[in-house]
Amino acid sequence: MKNTVLDMAKIAHNIRIDIVKMVHAAGSGHPGGALGIADVMTALYFQHMHIDPERPQMAERDRFVLSAAHMVPVLYATLAERGFFPKSELLTLRQFGSRLQGHTFRNLEIGVETTGGSLGQGISIALGFALAAKLGQREGKPGFHTYCVIGDGESDEGQIWEAALFAAKYKLDNLTVILDRNNIQQSGSGTDIMPLDPVAYKWEAFGWKVFQIDGHDFSQINFALEKAKLVPAKPALIVANTIPGKGVSFMEHNYEWHGKAPNDAEFKQAMKELESR
Amino acid sequence: MSKLMTKKAELKQTTKQPNNSTTETSIRDGFGRGLLKVAKLYPEIVALSADLTESVRMQDFEKKYPEHFFQVGIAEQNMAGIAAGLALSGYIPFIGSFACFQPYRNLDQMRTSICMMNANVKIISSHAGLSYAADGIQVQALEDVGIMRMLPNMTVIVPADAEQAEVLTQEMVKLEGPVYLRLGREQASVLSARKVDSKAEKFPAIEIGKAQMIREGLDITIIACGYMVAKALDAAMELSNQGISAQVINLHTIKPLDTHTILTAAKKTGHVLTVEDHQAAGGMGSAVAELLVQAKDDVKMKILGVGDQFGQTAKTSAELWEAYGLTSKNIVNEAQKLLS
Repeated sequence: MKNTVLDMAKIAHNIRIDIVKMVHAAGSGHPGGALGIADVMTALYFQHMHIDPERPQMAERDRFVLSAAHMVPVLYATLAERGFFPKSELLTLRQFGSRLQGHTFRNLEIGVETTGGSLGQGISIALGFALAAKLGQREGKPGFHTYCVIGDGESDEGQIWEAALFAAKYKLDNLTVILDRNNIQQSGSGTDIMPLDPVAYKWEAFGWKVFQIDGHDFSQINFALEKAKLVPAKPALIVANTIPGKGVSFMEHNYEWHGKAPNDAEFKQAMKELESR
Repeated sequence: MSKLMTKKAELKQTTKQPNNSTTETSIRDGFGRGLLKVAKLYPEIVALSADLTESVRMQDFEKKYPEHFFQVGIAEQNMAGIAAGLALSGYIPFIGSFACFQPYRNLDQMRTSICMMNANVKIISSHAGLSYAADGIQVQALEDVGIMRMLPNMTVIVPADAEQAEVLTQEMVKLEGPVYLRLGREQASVLSARKVDSKAEKFPAIEIGKAQMIREGLDITIIACGYMVAKALDAAMELSNQGISAQVINLHTIKPLDTHTILTAAKKTGHVLTVEDHQAAGGMGSAVAELLVQAKDDVKMKILGVGDQFGQTAKTSAELWEAYGLTSKNIVNEAQKLLS
């Protein structure tokens, strides 16, 4: 799928509106990170990933793992926008009987690859996918690329670094991990909770090819995703510097919006801001 | 059978030392053989080790299928997640570690990455229970069966000897979904080769989910798993000498429970004694008790296991089993108490 940067900006904008609507309707959820990573998600699903909403289970589909599974509203909004399921379903988020659980729940029919919620785990599953693709290719099966989004707060988990070691050892160059560097966590700024910098050097030291980008600049996002795929014999990490709550002024950079829903007045204000753009 | 012979049988087990790790009768050896056999039939099998390849008996698989073997390093959490990803992509991963690390270190991964997606991962955990005395308190996993049987989608298997481990390893590949295989380090004689009371003891083929009725009796049912099955059989012989007719069930599959066999046995004998190398709370005996109490059978029951305490270091497992009351002699005592 080929989209211009302008097309993608429009799509990301729609995704942001859906995120705010969904979380407001649900009365709970995680809008901050979801709004921040919307541009990267748009680039993945509308430009880079080999996927087909009509054949969501095709063997050669690229895999996407949302390791920071609380940001799931952005995944649902992106999948609906891409045609995996009707947009009308988005407002069932977090309701009894809904396919859209409060954190990711594996359901290939709607394009959700993994179950998550406990941080640090998705990246290991992504390694398993990447390893399976390598093995499969050796055995004559079609290959695929695996993408995984991890959070910077999530990087407090030791399992992230276990995964970093393994992916380098097994030269998983069919894996691209995007680190959503938004510097907020549940209880405060990332810098206060647990400093992560110099994060790019850390991943480089672990044997990864690292790209650092502005996570809201589509030319940078596209460039990094393309280059990351071509790196030989190494896994790639893209540090996407993002603004949490992006697009809603009072949510931007405010860790309090990591995990709460807007009330009716805040929702009105947020929609006014988003729709005026 | 005379008391002397019982003592001899005990002696036979206690005098074997755990030093020679390649002796054929260690339960984990059966797993290693079973894995090699089943890998021939299922090319989608892969194995992952958290730096305990030989200890869990994966070294022959590694040699034979180097492309399908992955050394994860001492990273049980990552190993469980990678295995989930491989399983969701059509492979059948076996992940090996010690029971004191797996499930404890990676329980969250077992729950979220494996069980919630019903990922087809075979979890192999060795050195469970008091089966490795010398390493001491930390290594002696005594809660693992209780932990694992609570997880939805999980199957829990405890073989009683190497022969059973070999069969069950092959059988578990036919099951789609996660399986926990609890292995021990200590030597165990192969049960079906027992010649001590061959008229009374029968060894029907091992089948996952089907309890193995080894010895029939009328007065009391002794249900055991793992190393305790041999002790239960010795105890049943001794009870027989005393005029008590005990039957012995090898409950190698703790989940799903063979409710039919257990309920039938409980109804027949009215007395049930369970024996396990595990905490008395939460394990195999608890699973049996949950069944019996809810089936409202009028059954007198006793759960024999480790009583709310940790293990400790010793030269042999026999010393520990003695100290924690897990001997055929104590099984006899408990059976007598239950019947009195």
